[in-house]
Amino acid sequence: MSENKQGYYVPTPSIWPIVGSLALLSLAIGATLLFNDLKGGLPMLGIGFAILVYMLFGWFGTVIRESESGRYNRQVDTSFRWSMSWFIFSEVMFFSAFFGALFYARVISVPMLATQKLLWPNFVASWPSSGPYLTNAFRPMQAWGIPAINTLILLTSGATLTWAHWGLVKNNRVQLKLGLLVTVLLGLSFVTLQAHEYLHAAFSLSTGVYGCTFFMLTGFHGLHVMLGTTMLIVMLVRSLKGHFTPEHHFAFEAAAWYWHFVDVVWLLLFIFVYWL
Amino acid sequence: MDATAHTHDLGHEHPPKGIMRWLTTTNHKDIGTLYLWFSLIMFLSAGSMALMIRAELFEPGLQFFQPDFFNQLTTLHGLLMIFGAIMPAFVGFANWLVPMMIGAPDMAFARMNNWSFWLLPPAALLLLGSFFVPGGAAAAGWTLYPPLSIQMGMGMDMTIFAIHLMGISSIMGSINIITTILNLRAPGMSLMKMPMFVWTWLITAYLLIAVMPVLAGAVTMLLTDRHFGTHFFNPAGGGDPLMYEHIFWFFGHPEVYIMILPAFGIVSQIIPTFARKPLFGYASMVYATASIAILSFTVWAHHMFTVGMPAAGQLFFMYATMLIAVPTGVKVFNWVATMWRGSMTFETPMLFAIAFVCLFTIGGFSGLVLALVPVDIQLHNTYYVVAHFHYVLFSGAAMSIMAGVYFWLPKWTGHMYDERLGKLHFWTTTIAFNITFFPMHFLGLAGMPRRIPDYALQFTTFNQVASVGAFLLGMSQLIFLVVVLKCIRGGKKAPSKPWEGADSLEWTLPSPAPYHSFQTPPVVK
Repeated sequence: MSENKQGYYVPTPSIWPIVGSLALLSLAIGATLLFNDLKGGLPMLGIGFAILVYMLFGWFGTVIRESESGRYNRQVDTSFRWSMSWFIFSEVMFFSAFFGALFYARVISVPMLATQKLLWPNFVASWPSSGPYLTNAFRPMQAWGIPAINTLILLTSGATLTWAHWGLVKNNRVQLKLGLLVTVLLGLSFVTLQAHEYLHAAFSLSTGVYGCTFFMLTGFHGLHVMLGTTMLIVMLVRSLKGHFTPEHHFAFEAAAWYWHFVDVVWLLLFIFVYWL
Repeated sequence: MDATAHTHDLGHEHPPKGIMRWLTTTNHKDIGTLYLWFSLIMFLSAGSMALMIRAELFEPGLQFFQPDFFNQLTTLHGLLMIFGAIMPAFVGFANWLVPMMIGAPDMAFARMNNWSFWLLPPAALLLLGSFFVPGGAAAAGWTLYPPLSIQMGMGMDMTIFAIHLMGISSIMGSINIITTILNLRAPGMSLMKMPMFVWTWLITAYLLIAVMPVLAGAVTMLLTDRHFGTHFFNPAGGGDPLMYEHIFWFFGHPEVYIMILPAFGIVSQIIPTFARKPLFGYASMVYATASIAILSFTVWAHHMFTVGMPAAGQLFFMYATMLIAVPTGVKVFNWVATMWRGSMTFETPMLFAIAFVCLFTIGGFSGLVLALVPVDIQLHNTYYVVAHFHYVLFSGAAMSIMAGVYFWLPKWTGHMYDERLGKLHFWTTTIAFNITFFPMHFLGLAGMPRRIPDYALQFTTFNQVASVGAFLLGMSQLIFLVVVLKCIRGGKKAPSKPWEGADSLEWTLPSPAPYHSFQTPPVVK
């Protein structure tokens, strides 16, 4: 197809998608077995996870090799930009389900339970609440300790990442690598502080609706921070290997978009889960 | 587009042979075929579950199944038809047709396209396999309301994971379709020149990306309530089962339009073709589709008028729901206006498309009836609801899929289908469908509840009529299978444009369409 002047890119058949399906099926079966106290759950989960990691290395490796060999033109680049934007939109909607649960509990279900005087005569609506049945007192998370520090860490990491991007655009590789390294370190400190907060929490996932909304929202956010950090580590390794040019580096930008998205979610968490 | 980048790695002129071709394919036509066959298999298996349900309901009393197994059948019938049959069929159409209609060589992300499909068989395996685990399949209805869905056995976990897989599949598929439409259109193909089918899929894909993650969140909360002691849906801990219903229907109502907008697209391709007139009111069709999509986010609580909502909430959701009738009415008007004084012929695709317009409208009207709060409180959870949504989902979505299959089979296979058998399939399906589902309106108005294996004696006659109709309907689909198989194996050679009035780009390609649609983009004037 040398007459194909427009340079459409269509990849050759690939083994990676079906490997990925196998991985997710193993994970689903493993989790089902584990959650129902049946034998083989953990090994199955382990196998599924191993296949998943193998698939991710293989698939992303292929894409990176194709990109570095200059096979992606402007049109492919634009496709990547659209797809990353829509992926982040889907993530926004995923988090909005849990934020919806939080607001529903605070505005509707807890106040309504307090009006059911025949059922729960002593229950008073307040937030944080673990509901009318669980009477154990618990100490909710305070905003102006570790969470405030974490907010500062994430906001700083957004700035250092942008500084790294400026370095990449100016073809200042030292600034790029240094900026990425600092961002990764800040991401790791966030995760470490979050783990510390979890370990010292005076309540758990089963502390009523406060406990479950807290841990689901911050937990899923924490997972996204880990994913984002992993992406940034990959970008750092690729920068060290000399990948990316000032004109052609969408993988870096995609990771940066994702990181800023995770940052924004954290700000909402800080306001609605910790502070107000 | 960058003319300097010669990145023409169209390296799969000779795809791998045998099973590996289908497992590793990155070709939009192969993947479209996989989607369509998967959908047909799911349609037939979920259809047999429907026949088991109708067999049980032929007479009052328990004949064949215990109530718990009956509930598993209704649940899996719903889940498999929605996520296994209808949605994959439309994605199959999108895969086959969107690149051809916009003048692209393939989908934007060919490998991800493969993954979107190959996540579905594992999901189907989990759903069908759940019948054979201790406790059986999920039996809470396809909506999986707590507290029932919190209490059931491991079949519910498998259902939840299956929904996760199907959700990932839908999101990746939709991202692919949106990117393809926005970025791979041939030069000159502006958005307002796109065929209606492409427009409806663009908007459907947007809806899918917006709501599938919400469903994933909802079932994840079910999972943690089941196994990790959370209290999202448990009032003892300050949660609320109604919270699940709100989150679920925030997904569920746009989902309804996800299953009907591509049907609108297919019908909007077929009716102008056989009326030999351009689609009446193209721009208004686009705006109507977009309005339906936006409004679909504001009507979810009409599924839950009986839960005890403030009157202001009921009024809001009632009026918002009735508002959707306006753009839908615009569409029906446009289809009728397209046919008005056209030179119509009545080949099988057109017959299905006309039946779609008539029967979908009945389903739309019964939807308006259900939108009225005082009426809905009477009809909630009765067979009237079952009749309503089968009029929109079977005679709407499923019959538009059949119309589309007959319409594009010549392009897909290179052969004409058997017109006589196709017409036979159409008439048996349409008649049997109405025998099955029309009496359900009366059953619902008389108060027969849905999802119950037994019923009071006075409902017997209508139930027997419905069961006879259901078996006729089921058997007619075997004709469909025969027509499709016959057409693949041979038949009259199809020209590149078998339908005189067809004008979108896929008809400029030979039949069967070449493995790569457009290697150089056509110029659209």
